[in-house]
Amino acid sequence: MSAKILIVAEHDGAKLNPSTAKCVTCARALTGAEITLVVCAADSAAVAAQAAQLAGVARVLTVDNPANLHPLAAVLAPQIVALAAPYTHLLGPSTTFGKDLMARIAGLIDAPQVSDIMAIESETRFRRPIYAGNAILTVERTGAGKTVGTVRTASFEAAAGGGSAVIEKAVVDVPLPTHTRFVSVSAAKSDRPDLQTATRVISGGRALGSADGFKILYSLADKIGAAVGASRAAVDAGYAPNEMQVGQTGKIIAPELYMAVGISGAIQHLTGIKDARTIVAINKDGEAPIFEVADIGLVGDLFQIIPEIERLV
Amino acid sequence: MKRILVGIKRVVDYNVRIRVKPDGSGVITDGVKMSINPFDEIALEEALRIKERGAADEVIVATVGPADTQQQLRSALAMGADRALHVQADGVIEPLVAARALLKLVEREQPMLVIVGKQAIDDDNGQTGQVLAALWNRPQATYASKLELSEGKARVTREVDAGLETLEVDLPAVITTDLRLNEPRYVKLPDIMKAKKKPLETLTLAALAVEARQQLKLVRFEPPPQRQKGIRVKDAAELVEALKKKGLL
Repeated sequence: MSAKILIVAEHDGAKLNPSTAKCVTCARALTGAEITLVVCAADSAAVAAQAAQLAGVARVLTVDNPANLHPLAAVLAPQIVALAAPYTHLLGPSTTFGKDLMARIAGLIDAPQVSDIMAIESETRFRRPIYAGNAILTVERTGAGKTVGTVRTASFEAAAGGGSAVIEKAVVDVPLPTHTRFVSVSAAKSDRPDLQTATRVISGGRALGSADGFKILYSLADKIGAAVGASRAAVDAGYAPNEMQVGQTGKIIAPELYMAVGISGAIQHLTGIKDARTIVAINKDGEAPIFEVADIGLVGDLFQIIPEIERLV
Repeated sequence: MKRILVGIKRVVDYNVRIRVKPDGSGVITDGVKMSINPFDEIALEEALRIKERGAADEVIVATVGPADTQQQLRSALAMGADRALHVQADGVIEPLVAARALLKLVEREQPMLVIVGKQAIDDDNGQTGQVLAALWNRPQATYASKLELSEGKARVTREVDAGLETLEVDLPAVITTDLRLNEPRYVKLPDIMKAKKKPLETLTLAALAVEARQQLKLVRFEPPPQRQKGIRVKDAAELVEALKKKGLL
């Protein structure tokens, strides 16, 4: 028997989130797996068309319902469960969307969940980080039944385009709860690249001193086309909004270039950047732990160094 | 009686440097400091603040874990919880088992709110709150950074990838906490003494009719791959040159 995998697509109603393409790559590690994507939306057409282009996807199921306008786990979960019967694995991204939703699905179908899958070794064997990435655990699914998983997106490249999956409208006739209601979402509008998918990221720490201090990072970031992140300390101090937080409890990212500016390098922060290809550390304290993981280190005053880099590039 | 049930887990203290056992059978926990999972401490703090505002009458702290977990329950009582429930169980407790045990306690205690940490810092599963909400067929509001209660409802601000999302949920509901919800209080010595007299009830999974299933076998623990030691540059010019050479600028 080969695996039949259902991946829950993450999207904002118009665009497919790149985390979905990474789930597809994860699923494709199982040779012969049949991969289906499910798009739950108020109007799925645009997102389904993008999903159908992902290489390796056989089928895209669409579930259109006005209740799906905002992704509420309590509303989405019973719809996914209604479609789950034929599948051996149910996967979603290990983003706040997927982590919120997949565990609710796991509860509804009484199946174990493997969180933060960083490698699929077989239909039953998975590798995942624990203790904030300080240990890697291999787990084996025992017994019969489905396996639910969230995919650590930093561990996988996005699946390529060029596919042509069949798009099918799925009929889901289950009662949906009304006990959970969307009120609002606030996010700073930014023209910079998305932190989770950017190839270059510049992050600032507490040493930036203020929200104003971050301006030198934004300026350099705009010049080199980078996204801007922040350490937990900088977010807690109010220098940057929470969606910019990189680390164990923020975003886990894997850019080509990560520049840690005025960040000491707490283990929780390092967890978020382990998969960065090249890490640059700029800090006035040469003993800061960030230098132990940095590929290139520069000790000095960031308020001089950053503007100078901007002049030089 | 308006009750809040807080789920806590005993974990290796977050300041401990984690080491994998040479035989790959686990991480070293002998002689290592153990604490309440930090996110669960935030959950407890939030429950205490709700009670102190007069919006709840009783805070119950519950855990599923080995006998030693009593230490963490006593700490929780010292923080201000009114009583503790200890479901004694050894070995690996998967989220489905923990959530089923919590559900039994929920059915017994009928809380208006269950608050748990968004994840435990040992296994980093991040599932128990959602699984409990699913089994209970009640709302979940995960990654909470702000919680406001009104008649029969909660308004919860959540830290999501896009920014801050606000949900309204009917009570009872399950809330999971993020770091910025609050800063837990320090425990004072007299409270530690008082906590020794607070009720702590011990139960078992069998008594709750919860099966101790393990469906994910822990095959092997490994240390993470180490990064190669990097180089130091002396100034911005050298840094830019190095990055250009690597094709990164």
